[in-house]
Amino acid sequence: MKIHEYQAKELLRRFNVPTLQGRAAFAAEEAGKICWEEFESKGITTVVVKAQVHAGGRGKGIIHDIATGAQIELFGKPLRGVTVLSGENLSDKVYQLAKAMLGNKLVTIQTGAAGCIVHRLFIEQGCAIEKEFYAGIVLDRQSSKNTVMVSTEGGVEIEKVAAETPGKILKESIDPLAGFQAFQAKRLAFGLGLNGNAYKSFVPFIMKLTQAYTDLDCSLLEINPLVLTTDGEFIALDAKMNFDDNALYRHPEYEELHDDSEEDPLEVEAAKFDLNYIKLDGNVGCMVNGAGLAMATMDLIKLSGGSPANFLDVGGGADVERIANAFRIMMSDVNVKAVLINIFGGIVRCDKVADGIVQALNQVKVNVPVIVRLDGTNAIEAVETLRNSGMEFKIATNFEDAARKVAETVAA
Amino acid sequence: MSILLNKSTKVIVQGVTGSEGTFHTASMMEYGTKIVAGVTPGKGGTVYSGKNGMLFKKAIPVFDTMEQAISATGATASIIFVPPPVAADAILESIDAGIGLIVCISEGIPTADMVKVAAALKNSKSRLIGPNCPGIITPGEAKLGIMPGFIHKPGRVGVVSRSGTLTYEAVKQLTDLGIGQSTCMGIGGDPIIGTQFIDAIKLYNEDYKTDAILMIGEIGGNAEETAAEYIQKYVKKPVIGFIAGKTAPPGRRMGHAGAIISGGKGTADEKFKALADAGIHIAESPADIGKKVAEALATAPRRRHVALRGGRMGKIRAKKLKS
Repeated sequence: MKIHEYQAKELLRRFNVPTLQGRAAFAAEEAGKICWEEFESKGITTVVVKAQVHAGGRGKGIIHDIATGAQIELFGKPLRGVTVLSGENLSDKVYQLAKAMLGNKLVTIQTGAAGCIVHRLFIEQGCAIEKEFYAGIVLDRQSSKNTVMVSTEGGVEIEKVAAETPGKILKESIDPLAGFQAFQAKRLAFGLGLNGNAYKSFVPFIMKLTQAYTDLDCSLLEINPLVLTTDGEFIALDAKMNFDDNALYRHPEYEELHDDSEEDPLEVEAAKFDLNYIKLDGNVGCMVNGAGLAMATMDLIKLSGGSPANFLDVGGGADVERIANAFRIMMSDVNVKAVLINIFGGIVRCDKVADGIVQALNQVKVNVPVIVRLDGTNAIEAVETLRNSGMEFKIATNFEDAARKVAETVAA
Repeated sequence: MSILLNKSTKVIVQGVTGSEGTFHTASMMEYGTKIVAGVTPGKGGTVYSGKNGMLFKKAIPVFDTMEQAISATGATASIIFVPPPVAADAILESIDAGIGLIVCISEGIPTADMVKVAAALKNSKSRLIGPNCPGIITPGEAKLGIMPGFIHKPGRVGVVSRSGTLTYEAVKQLTDLGIGQSTCMGIGGDPIIGTQFIDAIKLYNEDYKTDAILMIGEIGGNAEETAAEYIQKYVKKPVIGFIAGKTAPPGRRMGHAGAIISGGKGTADEKFKALADAGIHIAESPADIGKKVAEALATAPRRRHVALRGGRMGKIRAKKLKS
């Protein structure tokens, strides 16, 4: 589960991780008001307005008009996802900027051309930066331990640093039993070449950050950039926090942090029915049981000349309701020109799945070719059911045959 | 021999009285697995033979703890069917009790819990398969898992996979072509798992009843790449590989917690390349996995490793093959 920067910072503050003062705004008037109350009226003359979307690369990303798709310019230059404002009439500038950003789309290197719509802004105090660093904590799958990474190369994509200058990333793993130790934080600090106040500020910063990662059941916590201010203090200037989906049950409070508007509406709908659905750009919808087989089915569609419209794992209990909901969601995607159902019955019986498909198709109107491949337990009875339904299915006898039928359908 | 599991392996079921545990215990017994006891805390001292029409071939004693169950039965393997919030604890209990093989079926265990389990496994006598996996089966002998037994066929191809139904698909393709399996193992789709590809491949490589190895990987992590390096160095048997997720978008979790391309790493293309570079036979299409195994078996030097292996069983085996 992903959350916004401002939400992550709120959580980090609970662990006394230093951040700058700021507040989220959902409307332009609110943004202006926040700027006045929190900053301008108190004599603060520099603020940063940051689009709150789940994608990265916001600082270089540009806001585009939602209707025309054209780049938006403000104060004589292209409007970026993160913009620094200063000087006279600060609150008014923030208001104008917020008005230009909200409801329009931000296109970054991570969003692709489609971009994502900006619904929330974060108005944050500006600060004088001495140097930018990077700090991140993530699971190292090879060692099965969480790893703290820091680098002097802050404010750039860490993947780029890892590829080009891997020596500039310093790592310490968190001992699963003893936890992250002060000597490790010190080793990282010295590795970064810190001394004096900077060193003194860094060690507790990274200790607290690690504590937050562990206590919050994060799957990723990234501070990029981590800045050293001219006063010698380390501050989390950005914060990217993902939670481990498997651990959400022990953090019911995270439900509030969920932002549906960041997800595809069809995915939100699918999640309501506990369906594992991911929307893609293709033309062949697929419904599969099991994640591995679902991925393999998508690959097969591609190899057959089509392009998968989605990932959809209906899971083990493929009953009528689940199948009907799955169909409804797949058919809401206007790009879908054919549907492939691929079920390998192990525990789930194919004849029951076939019943479910027939009943579901009585409920949901499907006007594209449906290719069905059912194999495993009671597959023969299942094919009987489909044949006797009076509906038009293209029945595939095995995976290879399914591929062929997809190819024929796509070519037609 | 096959690996890890045969018809005489004594098995304990953790969470035997739950509905999943009951259903699959009945099915495992039916297949021939020697299930000797169950563990459900609070139900120790009772005898259990199933419920709701899911009945066991034979009633089994239920114990409160793994320690008691092992000392009463001498079991060497356990299989876990408990809800994810208590699954890591069930694994830790099994490790503490010193059992040799633990299979954990449960899906959805928090990563933080598995980090602790991984640490506990390191200095233990136990091997863990899973979690979030279908388990392990030695066709014709025993199954310790939830896979449909009837699609398997005894034979000489070792199968290892991160997936469930995709493994069934591949196994069915093999069986349909008349190719049997020595053992099939699903190692699980989570980021932290007990037995990695490399561990399973080592076992198959040393198993004289396995002639070829089929590995089915997927996007995320780099376990396939690590295994490929090992295969290139040490494995003389033909290895056939497939990677699922060529069409998966980056940054999205594809059903399995571990199936995610992050920071541009863990793509199917990278993995296919690592496999090909290591001399592994590649199935480009998931529909051709069986065919590729058949091809690899046809072109491979026939069972040379058996003669090379030596030892009493190896020699007997080699003799049999000649005659």
